[in-house]
Amino acid sequence: MIQVRELSKFYGKKAVVEKVNVNIHRGKITSFIGPNGAGKSTLLSMVSRLIDADTGEVLVDDHLVNKMKSNEFSKRVSILKQSNFMNVRLTIRELVSFGRFPYSRGRLNSEDLRIIEQAMEYMGLMEMQHEYMDELSGGQRQRAFIAMVIAQDTDYILLDEPLNNLDMKHSVQIMKILRRLVDDLGKTVVIVLHDINFASVYSDRIVALKDGRVVKDGPTNEIINSDALKEIYDMDIPIKQMNNCRICVYFNS
Amino acid sequence: MRNSTKLIILSVFAAVFCALYLFQGLNGSFDYALPRRGIKVIAMALTGVAIAYSTVIFQTITHNRILTPSIMGLDSLYLLLQTVVIFFLGSNHITIVNKHVNFILSVSTMVVFALILYRFLFKRGGQPIYFLLLVGIIVGTFFGSISTFLQVLIDPNEFMRVQDKMFASFNNVSGELVWWALGIVILTFIIGWKSFNDLDVLTLGRDTAINLGVSYDRVVKLMLVLSAILISVSTALVGPITFFGLIVANLSYQFFKTYKHSILIAGASIMSIIALVGGQWVVERLFTFSTTLSVIINFVGGVYFIYLLLKESRSS
Repeated sequence: MIQVRELSKFYGKKAVVEKVNVNIHRGKITSFIGPNGAGKSTLLSMVSRLIDADTGEVLVDDHLVNKMKSNEFSKRVSILKQSNFMNVRLTIRELVSFGRFPYSRGRLNSEDLRIIEQAMEYMGLMEMQHEYMDELSGGQRQRAFIAMVIAQDTDYILLDEPLNNLDMKHSVQIMKILRRLVDDLGKTVVIVLHDINFASVYSDRIVALKDGRVVKDGPTNEIINSDALKEIYDMDIPIKQMNNCRICVYFNS
Repeated sequence: MRNSTKLIILSVFAAVFCALYLFQGLNGSFDYALPRRGIKVIAMALTGVAIAYSTVIFQTITHNRILTPSIMGLDSLYLLLQTVVIFFLGSNHITIVNKHVNFILSVSTMVVFALILYRFLFKRGGQPIYFLLLVGIIVGTFFGSISTFLQVLIDPNEFMRVQDKMFASFNNVSGELVWWALGIVILTFIIGWKSFNDLDVLTLGRDTAINLGVSYDRVVKLMLVLSAILISVSTALVGPITFFGLIVANLSYQFFKTYKHSILIAGASIMSIIALVGGQWVVERLFTFSTTLSVIINFVGGVYFIYLLLKESRSS
């Protein structure tokens, strides 16, 4: 379990995240939702120590994050940001191999190679493993980065808007893969989402943020109802039940 | 072609140029000319390696391939130091005449300056690198302006001595200093070696590097200090020549097409040995000293720099 305690981040005097308390449960997909500027990405970045929190603490499996060695941490928690900048041409295989860095420090053994192959197999990248990253489509790139995170083999996987710039087909593909990671491999996935319907259909729990505070936190079916959504987004959103999915019809509300 | 093969081929070229420089036209003067030429070859190799090494690691930690460590203002500080000493103490003062004193003074001033800059900046946190670069540019310009001001006022004869220091020259490197510099450069390799793998990950950007368990701040700090030390040593040894690093680092990226820093740094180092020793051989034996190596380097480097700028602007 990841426990977030009284976590705050200030830019100047403005609090972007203010005294947030959240528990992230093992073996579930937890979605962070909320309007722009609610502090979702900042919260995720603080949990994954990409930025330092001003106050508060984060515990991963009862260990304080800032007391952990960064190498130890990277074997437990991985983070994938929305834009991934690279200064060098890499093939898919080379990128996925970087996922083993916390274990191998750059010297891959046979076990590492096996896991790298497995991760690429899992993401359906075996045929194009020698293609260069900058020649791939958005969906393929995203899959390559997720393969890297799978190769990193952490219990917790945090993703910051992984569906950005992806079309419907690829978005569904990515979400199905994340679902399988949780159901088949027992991983814990935390994901920042903008499309509330993806959150509704795929996640087990939803944490809703607004103005840097948690306004709702609970199982998906408790959050996806018109009253709760009104509080989060200030919109009247009717909800329709279709094929066991609760769909928020927000387009003309 | 595999990268190890490329490295071997380059090494052969470097060895050929070194041999040419050492033995061509020696006329049996083994006792007099050979040791002198030997010192020069070592000095050139050392400078080349120091500049190549520091430029590659500096470009990796700044995520930028058209910067050189000279942006931190160390070259300007070196020139300011020399100008100030000559201006106030005269060109016959021990700190100018005695090369050992000058070397130790220059290196220690530059390293202390770099350390103060980092200490001051890293305490504040936030976005250290880009802020550091900005401060470096401003401080460097400030140093440059003071130097120019003093050079305008200085006695013309003394100015000739300042001018000597303004351009890199391999023609009168002192033998003993080379051993000092060699020791320091080897030390930086021993310290930096373990972090080469971390540098490989740093090419993926800060966030990915942290995700993969690299202690980002520690590695960046270590590499900045190492590149400051290397630049200080090479500048104190032969003069300001950091522009050169831009050429060899980028040639190395293009030639090896890898992210592995052990290969990139080795490649850039060997290329700079080829360029410096080969270039000096051309200057001395073919042009018979009618021009200087640093002029050629700045000319070729300038052309290459413009090419890089055009290429970068087209790709983005």
